Amino acid sequence: MSSNEGNNQKDVIDDAHGASPAHPASPRSSGGGALIFLFFIIGLALSMVVGWAVFPKVLYSKKNQPFDFNHQVHLEQVDNGCESCHFFREDGTFSGVPQLAQCTGCHSEVLGESKDEAVFVEQYVYQNREVPWLVYSRQPDCVFFSHAAHIYGAELECATCHGDIGTSASLKTYEANRITGYSRDIWGRNISGIKHHTWDRMKMDDCAECHEGAGIHDSSVQTGRDACFVCHK
Amino acid sequence: MKLSRRCFLSFVVGGAAGTALSPLPWKLMDDASIWSQNWPWTPVPPDGESTYASSTCTLCPGGCGISVRKVGKRAVKIEGAKGHPINDGGICILGLSGLQLLYGPTRVQAPLKRVGKRGEGKWAAISWKQAVSEVAAKLGDLRSQGKPQSLACIVPKEEGTVPQLLSRFMRVYGSPNFFRMPSIDDAYETAVYLNQDVAGRAGLDVEQADFILSFGSAILDGYGSPVRMFRANSRLKETHGTVIQIESRLSNTAAKADKWLAVKPGGDADLALAMAHVIISREAYDKDFAANKIEGFDSFARMVAEKYTPETATAKTGIDFAVISETAMKFAAAKKPLALYGKGKGQTPGSLKEVLAVQALNALVGNINAPGGARAVPTLDYINWPDMETDAIAANGLQNPRLDGAGTDQFPHARHLLHRFPAVAEGIEALLVAESNPCYSLPDSQAVRAAFDKIPFVVSFSSYMDETAMKADLILPNHHYLERIEDVPVTAGVPRPMVGLCRPVVAPLYNTQHLGDSILQIAKALEGTTASAFPWPDYQNCLKTTLRDKWQTLNTKGIWMGSEAAGENNETPSGKFVMMNNVIGAIFMADDVSVQGQNADFPLVLIPYDSIRLASRYVGDPPFMVKTVSDAVIKGQDGFVEINPDTAEKLGLADGQKVQLTTPVGSAKVRVHYSDGIMPDLVAMPRGLGHTAYDAYLAGKGVNVNQLIGPVEDPASGLDAAWGIGAKLA
Repeated sequence: MSSNEGNNQKDVIDDAHGASPAHPASPRSSGGGALIFLFFIIGLALSMVVGWAVFPKVLYSKKNQPFDFNHQVHLEQVDNGCESCHFFREDGTFSGVPQLAQCTGCHSEVLGESKDEAVFVEQYVYQNREVPWLVYSRQPDCVFFSHAAHIYGAELECATCHGDIGTSASLKTYEANRITGYSRDIWGRNISGIKHHTWDRMKMDDCAECHEGAGIHDSSVQTGRDACFVCHK
Repeated sequence: MKLSRRCFLSFVVGGAAGTALSPLPWKLMDDASIWSQNWPWTPVPPDGESTYASSTCTLCPGGCGISVRKVGKRAVKIEGAKGHPINDGGICILGLSGLQLLYGPTRVQAPLKRVGKRGEGKWAAISWKQAVSEVAAKLGDLRSQGKPQSLACIVPKEEGTVPQLLSRFMRVYGSPNFFRMPSIDDAYETAVYLNQDVAGRAGLDVEQADFILSFGSAILDGYGSPVRMFRANSRLKETHGTVIQIESRLSNTAAKADKWLAVKPGGDADLALAMAHVIISREAYDKDFAANKIEGFDSFARMVAEKYTPETATAKTGIDFAVISETAMKFAAAKKPLALYGKGKGQTPGSLKEVLAVQALNALVGNINAPGGARAVPTLDYINWPDMETDAIAANGLQNPRLDGAGTDQFPHARHLLHRFPAVAEGIEALLVAESNPCYSLPDSQAVRAAFDKIPFVVSFSSYMDETAMKADLILPNHHYLERIEDVPVTAGVPRPMVGLCRPVVAPLYNTQHLGDSILQIAKALEGTTASAFPWPDYQNCLKTTLRDKWQTLNTKGIWMGSEAAGENNETPSGKFVMMNNVIGAIFMADDVSVQGQNADFPLVLIPYDSIRLASRYVGDPPFMVKTVSDAVIKGQDGFVEINPDTAEKLGLADGQKVQLTTPVGSAKVRVHYSDGIMPDLVAMPRGLGHTAYDAYLAGKGVNVNQLIGPVEDPASGLDAAWGIGAKLA
């Protein structure tokens, strides 16, 4: 086929230039099909490698938390589970990541011999500085999200969205998306977006999946409208 | 092996296919869409626990209690304080937007000294020490030349420790030229003094009235204490009370009123007196009250019978006498009728004859010093500072009459005549301006600015870079109202004495200083009697020692309330309400206030109007408010004038057309807005636009109506009573 194409091309050129000698035959004109296919495969393979393996490494920058934190140890010490530290305020709002003042009740001075404990007490408690935690679940601000509605209303477990972080012994490396600035945990560890657990991703589709699955069609209190307006006020 | 073009293309196609089969494009697309929303200027409220700080709003004379929601150290929302006697949880659009004034770009962030020409906007930041010593040096210099009277001071109100510190400073320094910005308080104070011999203000019990007869007062657009008036209006609607609006333009208040009487502009006093005529002639007045509590009733009755006959009333007001009669009789028949005086928000003092006529109506229906009526509320007496010693220089300075002539034989009924500023500014060598923006809000603002240029030394204490601050030599920025402590006496028509407390909600953001402290420091730097008149180490100490037993109440409740001034509190020798005597009679006989320049050259009349959406006093509109203004008022940078379609068609002007509006004092480009709600031959323009200072959200939008309207002196009092000005559109 490629040979025919070459001849046709030559004919055209000959037509255009009269009787002048034709260009020499191209080397690809014979036996090039395999080579071309090989290049296709190389292109395909390289781009797949880039897309699946290199791209995620380039897209995310790794950042360490100010110091490590052991949720497991703390969970064993408290009576009220996650809500002991991540509590609801009197007005129903959720406190989120604890403030320094909550920690200093116990950690007014170094407890134990851990290096991280020393960093915490010396650099933050003594200096009265808030710990600049990198929050894995931080979302863009265009969404109205109520923890109370999910925990008290829908009676969800914390782990349904946050996974087993409560029983982890150390904090994983925080990976920040260089384009959006948000954590990798929002899109999910799997770059393809495939998830195996409810807590693997925290994108809007994941919210919607649960809302649709549970047949939730609550309208917004403020706007009285359904769908987008439940969360995007 | 040589790579062919075909191999390369194949590689690219393979690459494209591979890329499409990888997450890269889809993930990038998603990330790009999130990135595109990450604008740095998108306000993101801080996360954290909400706390509330209570304070008092000072953005208008209303004195509303506010509750400011904070997250950490950041104020995020201003709400009305629940249970507050004035606003009980309500808040107006300006109060709500106060955070934009706090965090916005118009703040003066440090003491500034002018380094360019006046108004050029070139400043050098200086230290507070230098700022205070420069003011003290200049003022000390004037005193040493024996000219303390050439110092003048402009304040927005007189009550409260800060204005009183300035007043005390002026007296001990030796200058009588302590000026207050004009407002209906000027007229009401004179009326209360003439009628009831009370040094104080009018208290209007709108909470208990069941019939409000409003002589152009913008009940729904910022009159008095705006939230209080809104609430009163709502209550009247719910309880089937009545609101009658007398106004030549269909304002929001007129539109929502039970009845709108479209009076010829300037005819209000005649209308009030014609109503008095009806009430008296048909014997619908409160006879018991007239017999026992009114002095001069008979002579008043004779005066209205002679001068305010049906014929003259209809001619002057344009309202059919049957309508006048019906309205007057309904007013007289109501249980607790209340007549309100003051056009719009009450920024122009207006005609003394009119305010006396309105108060006479209240007296005729027996509603003076009664629940639901008009009361005379004496000036607050909590400021009792020790007597001060003045030196010979001050004594000599104080011998001079006030430059504005207020209180002199020429103007015995006026305490302040600041609209005369352009004419009297030549006698001023140094000027202190506190919490007001005279270069924008005084009538004929061009002339005011020109007068500022002639004053050798101008000091502004403004927190914002406003028009007056732009004309200053030195700016000693006051803390923003959400950053400072201060007593806030409520003067806007509340029927009992009230003082709110403005408290710091956030720590000062910039290198600013409390105006009270600035005054104390300047006084101390001047040494001698001036320094010794101010024994307090700082303003906070002064405030606490001044308030004495009230401090505890104010600090815990945020507001102190005096006893309800129910019952008789006329201070007149007879103890009665003086409806008529020689002085008042002369005022009723005085000429009506006419407009400037209405003649063949200026066939139309321009009238200003007020809108709750446009701040028109000391502060300018924050961006939140500008966004709420209709595009029939402002579109892009163009301001509109309302005009009746009949008049516009007569002049050949199309709706939306750009025209030149010219008056005897100024000229500006405006656009035409057809409105059936305005009387023919009038054009109306809102106050609060056309700023030249402030930020890009406000400056250059529309036209400042004050640059087109000059003052017109009330023949009876000398107060500015301009309700319009001759105008033409071309």
